[in-house]
Amino acid sequence: MDLIFEGIWKAFYLLATFDPEVMQITLLSLQVSGTATFISLLIGISIGTTVALAEFPGRKFVVSLINTGMGLPPVVVGLFVTIFLWRNGPLGFLGVLYTPTAMIIAQAIIATPIVMGITLAAIQALPKNLRLQILSLGATRFQMVWILVKEARLPLLAGVMAGFGGVISEVGASIMVGGNIKGYSRVLTTATVMETSRGNFDIAIALGVILLLLAYFINMVLTHVQQRERPR
Amino acid sequence: MNGSGLILEGKDLQVYKGGSLVLEVPVLRIGEGEVLSLIGPNGAGKTTLLQTLARLIKLSRGEILFKGEKVFSNHSVFDYRRKLAMVFQEPLLFDTTVFENVASGLKIRGINRSETAKRVDENLEQFGVSHLKGRSARKISGGEAQRVALARALAIQPEVFFLDEPFASLDPPSRESLIEDLERILRKTGTTTIFATHDRMEALRLSDRIAVMNGGKILQIGPPAEVMNQPLDEFVASFVGMETILTGQVIKRDRGSFVASIMGQEVEAVGEIGVGESVVFCIRPENVTLTVPPHKESSSARNIFPGKILKTIPMGLYYKVQLDCGFLLVAYVTGHSLENLSLTEGQEIVASFKATAIHVIRKTKKAL
Amino acid sequence: MKPIKKMQTILIIVITLLGMLAWGPVQAQQKNIILATTTSTQDSSLLDVLLPIFEKKTGYFVKTIAVGSGQAMAMGQKGEADVLLVHSPAAEKKFVAEGYGVNRRLVMHNDFIVVGPAEDPAKIKGTKITTEAFKKIASAGALFLSRGDNSGTNAKEKDVWKASGINPEGQKWYQQTGLGMGQTLNVASEKNGYTLADRGTYLAMKKNLRLDILMEGDAILLNIYHVIEVNPAKWPKVNVAGAKAFSDFMVSKETQDVVKTFGVEKYGSPLFFPDAGKKEEELGK
Repeated sequence: MDLIFEGIWKAFYLLATFDPEVMQITLLSLQVSGTATFISLLIGISIGTTVALAEFPGRKFVVSLINTGMGLPPVVVGLFVTIFLWRNGPLGFLGVLYTPTAMIIAQAIIATPIVMGITLAAIQALPKNLRLQILSLGATRFQMVWILVKEARLPLLAGVMAGFGGVISEVGASIMVGGNIKGYSRVLTTATVMETSRGNFDIAIALGVILLLLAYFINMVLTHVQQRERPR
Repeated sequence: MNGSGLILEGKDLQVYKGGSLVLEVPVLRIGEGEVLSLIGPNGAGKTTLLQTLARLIKLSRGEILFKGEKVFSNHSVFDYRRKLAMVFQEPLLFDTTVFENVASGLKIRGINRSETAKRVDENLEQFGVSHLKGRSARKISGGEAQRVALARALAIQPEVFFLDEPFASLDPPSRESLIEDLERILRKTGTTTIFATHDRMEALRLSDRIAVMNGGKILQIGPPAEVMNQPLDEFVASFVGMETILTGQVIKRDRGSFVASIMGQEVEAVGEIGVGESVVFCIRPENVTLTVPPHKESSSARNIFPGKILKTIPMGLYYKVQLDCGFLLVAYVTGHSLENLSLTEGQEIVASFKATAIHVIRKTKKAL
Repeated sequence: MKPIKKMQTILIIVITLLGMLAWGPVQAQQKNIILATTTSTQDSSLLDVLLPIFEKKTGYFVKTIAVGSGQAMAMGQKGEADVLLVHSPAAEKKFVAEGYGVNRRLVMHNDFIVVGPAEDPAKIKGTKITTEAFKKIASAGALFLSRGDNSGTNAKEKDVWKASGINPEGQKWYQQTGLGMGQTLNVASEKNGYTLADRGTYLAMKKNLRLDILMEGDAILLNIYHVIEVNPAKWPKVNVAGAKAFSDFMVSKETQDVVKTFGVEKYGSPLFFPDAGKKEEELGK
């Protein structure tokens, strides 16, 4: 128990003194997971909405693929991305392995199906005639999709938070494709694993606490947007 | 009807859904400023026709012309859609304020703030919901919501206005007041309106023309009086409220009138029909008079049939009385009359109706 | 008008972010070296001291990928690393013999120790020969934790079992964690079991473990580190110059001096013993 309190105390100490390494790791976590979530948002919401509104042969199959994708094991994603990005692999020429870019790619692959699946369900839950109603008001396709997305903002934002939560806490793929390189591709989660394996439990707990604080802060902002007080 | 010309025309319209033909309308012409209602049972194709005319559904075959111009390419479809508005059975309001809802069509068109505010206020006023301006659309009653939906539609000043059973979900008082308001507004603006309903009273009240639909086809289209009183076939007849529909064969003929045998009884009607031809008689229940024997009244009614009351059904303002006179006959009587004549089930009664009150439909199909 | 403006802003944001993404690979490829090494090496924090010196001196950026010796050599075999710093001599020799590595040079050594609960249920304390100690553990059926991950430590452990003529696979008292050295020590500490560990990691974690050193000093327990450059003949994409620079650095006098004193301040005794230039057979006290 003392270990946990020590860790919490150390967490606040590190934050209060702006410990440079911790700041750098935290900022990198935010950048990597933030960018990955943003990418997953763009791809997930656009494709999710398209599949929700369209009718085409094999649609059910596509939907079940998306739903399966929501449960993709991150570590499997990491493995496949690594194999693709290897120097001698198909995408080796990009030279992206063991960089934050690779981590963004892996995390985006993990988060996108989550956002996609939730968007799909959210748009399908809207009233059936709403799409026609919006079109009858003279909206372009783009305007219509935008209005539908706004109408479904409650579940959609939940989807974004789910996607973000999934990747900010991800460690397996991040270590594999990022390499956990000090000062370069080390993020809160991978640093926690490393400190634990070194036996530095107090630092590990501190990093864990900082990660929780970061996740809470981001989600608080998103929740605020989601639950924005509607006019009386 | 301001009828300055044809505003909308459909030619050879066909829509297939899931392999079957759900809409087949060879020709449909709608004049500018006209109010046309589509009536028919569920699944008749009213919604399909409305959405097809609004170009929300793709045509399998045929074309639509708006003011003489074809509406078919993506570009022209989009332009056309910007000139119309549609209101559905559910209000389908957006999750924002009433003001923003009514403004949405204008915002989509990029109309500036002040013009938008002006039109929104006007329409809120028109539909009596100005006091709800800042309220969330989720927090108003069903009747208020439908008013907001109508305001939203009319704020964009459409050239054609489509309504799909807009009053069906409302309670009677809300419905009544809204129909009144809408009637007044449509008369004032002269907007071409096409609306679908399964309530023939609404249709009667608001329309310049009524189209009766079934099975994806328009069975009859014309002014209300014509459709209501001169249905072209049994289906239309029963749908427009001809409660008594009898089939029989002509046995006698005289100048301008004839007698048909119906279930062994002789019924006289007006028309030029040859002996041996099959006919269908449609009689409006309002035109059937009841007397209690042994009162003998001399009247000009040629059709007098004794019978028995099968059932009396209260219909709010009046009573529907079902009789067995050898054939089934339906009459409407006021509550007052019901009391006066002490009409009860099983009672012996005499029913009469004029030969001229019968609407005759020829059954024998002439070679086309 | 308005929807177009929205489109524009979104487009600008997307392009900016994509620009950020591309930043990584823009860094000159030739300045990067991929060093595959072991988790125990990383956990000892020695590289945290050495690498900054190397990077400052040569301008190279070293990407340290810490995995087990087995995986490190597998990466070398696939040309996915430029240089290896590992401690699994038998496997290394095979690696070089098969042509995957060149210029295998001795860098340093530390030793393995057998640790276990203070109560020492198998009574191995005082034993001078490792194989004897292992035999005692086996016959007592005492809990033994193995890393089971093809690391250098794991390879050494298997060698000892082989030399003592015992096959622990499948026995109830023999559990394989598949984890790094630090975590395996934690598991052993929690479960009151024995394990084979490198002295460096043990010392680094000692304060949190309930394990004592019960056996040490036997020649078989020497843990020898070599630096190997990946053979560019097999994999042209290997950073040859970088690998050589790192290899030279590891055996240079300055580096060897740093290795000599590393850990003394913190643990009272050095974690590693510098051996550059010596022959492998000479080692052992």
